[in-house]
Amino acid sequence: MGDGGESGWVLCPSPIAYSLLPTPGMIKLVGVEKTLGGQPVLRGVDLTIPKGKLTTIIGPSGEGKSVLLKHMIGLLQPDRGEVWVDGMEISHLRGKALNEVRKRFAMLFQSAALFDSLTVFENVAFPLREKSRLPETEVARRVEEKLEQVGLSGMGHKFPAELSGGMKKRAGLARALVMEPEIILFDEPTTGLDPLMARTIHDLIVAMHRTFGFTAVMVSHEIPEIFSISDWVAMLKDGKIVAMAPSADFQKISDPAVREFISAGGTVSLTSSCPGS
Amino acid sequence: MLIGLLARIGRVTLFVIQETGRMLIFLVATFAWLFRPPLRPFQIFKQLHFIGYKSTFVVVLTAAFTGMVLGLQGYYTLRKFGSEAVLGSVVALSLIRELGPVLASLMVTARAGSAMTAEIGIMRITEQIDALDTMAINSLQYLISPKLVAGLIGVPLLVAMADVVGIYGGYLVGVDLLGGNPGAYWSSIESAVEWKDVYGGILKSISFGLIVSWICCYKGYHTRMSAEGLGTATTEAVVLSSVLILIWDYVLTSVLL
Repeated sequence: MGDGGESGWVLCPSPIAYSLLPTPGMIKLVGVEKTLGGQPVLRGVDLTIPKGKLTTIIGPSGEGKSVLLKHMIGLLQPDRGEVWVDGMEISHLRGKALNEVRKRFAMLFQSAALFDSLTVFENVAFPLREKSRLPETEVARRVEEKLEQVGLSGMGHKFPAELSGGMKKRAGLARALVMEPEIILFDEPTTGLDPLMARTIHDLIVAMHRTFGFTAVMVSHEIPEIFSISDWVAMLKDGKIVAMAPSADFQKISDPAVREFISAGGTVSLTSSCPGS
Repeated sequence: MLIGLLARIGRVTLFVIQETGRMLIFLVATFAWLFRPPLRPFQIFKQLHFIGYKSTFVVVLTAAFTGMVLGLQGYYTLRKFGSEAVLGSVVALSLIRELGPVLASLMVTARAGSAMTAEIGIMRITEQIDALDTMAINSLQYLISPKLVAGLIGVPLLVAMADVVGIYGGYLVGVDLLGGNPGAYWSSIESAVEWKDVYGGILKSISFGLIVSWICCYKGYHTRMSAEGLGTATTEAVVLSSVLILIWDYVLTSVLL
């Protein structure tokens, strides 16, 4: 276990540190290792995601943050280690059993991953039509409601190719929300957006998180913005979680690698308060 | 140097074995998902429209000119032996046994197969396939199974069409243009073509349809995450499908004869 820094929060490769978490863990990774293309990406990740909170994972590019996210939803299986979702170990699950776990999740991809042959309305309606037996009128009502919540009212007839980057992310968010999942994973939701649009997307994520109370895990490079929207922040470096703390305390961690990464992302006051935490 | 050569041969052999294994697992898994609910008839019709209907023009064009060339070459060759009367059987047997299934399948590979690889590959690169899986929708069942079924149904229908058009192409040149006997043309077909010829052609076209959709879907599904990877996957899909069609054609012909 690492140094506590000024705040008493920890650099925490050990799961023991998570006993400090104020809420039970919704997702827990224990000793997760993954090698891709002969290159070790994850080298023993221990991480607990608190239930109902917004946790952001930061770290240098190419460190495997998206890979980590894909382990949580079973898109990738670890070479070693365990992935627990609400008390169930999922790394060995396949087929129907894995699909049952995935029904509790939604994911907003870096590229929004909208189906380009479907309109925005059809994209948002897609999981409802595939996974529920709701009548079409109810499907339409729910889709319109979600589109309105993300500020895309009247855009349902457009195809993804006709949308801007920010609108695609909003449509992706509407699709992620429409099944009212317990857990939503956000893979760099603001990549490629201008600062204003990035802030809009962040505000939208926070608003939705507060409204629906889902457990959120976000991968992001947006420093210092993430400190004001996240409840918890974890840092992945050299294939391991080297630090995890509540958002306000994370900025006080004195570890040089963490300091260097935060400083590179923007000027952050060590004493700044974080309204989101 | 010798050890290096042996090591290289070993690596290539292992890669081929692994890749073949992965492709077979992909095929079996796709078939297994085909019979699990929800069945997706609309997706199958949509793919049938894409693979079958939209390939009709290019297949008909190819078949028509192939039949016409056969009529032309066959007429002048047979005339040397005074056998113009059997022109119809030469054209029909060539088309039904070999050229119809092979050429139609190669044209489907070039038109629909490459498009399938590119479409699935782009879906892989833009994480649309991952999105399906995260929604607890099996991507093999949703994306690949309908294409496999459409290949199995669509290619035999196209081949049947190609056979008919090719025979009429041969008639156009051999009879209408070069003055052969129309009655002899049709009666030689009637007497020479047997059920086993038609059966063999159907068998070939079904297996070629499977090869095209299987290989092209596999290559698209396992595209490397880059534009170059997508280009490579599309090229590999077309080349491998075409080569496998020709090899399988020889194997089936040697078994059927």
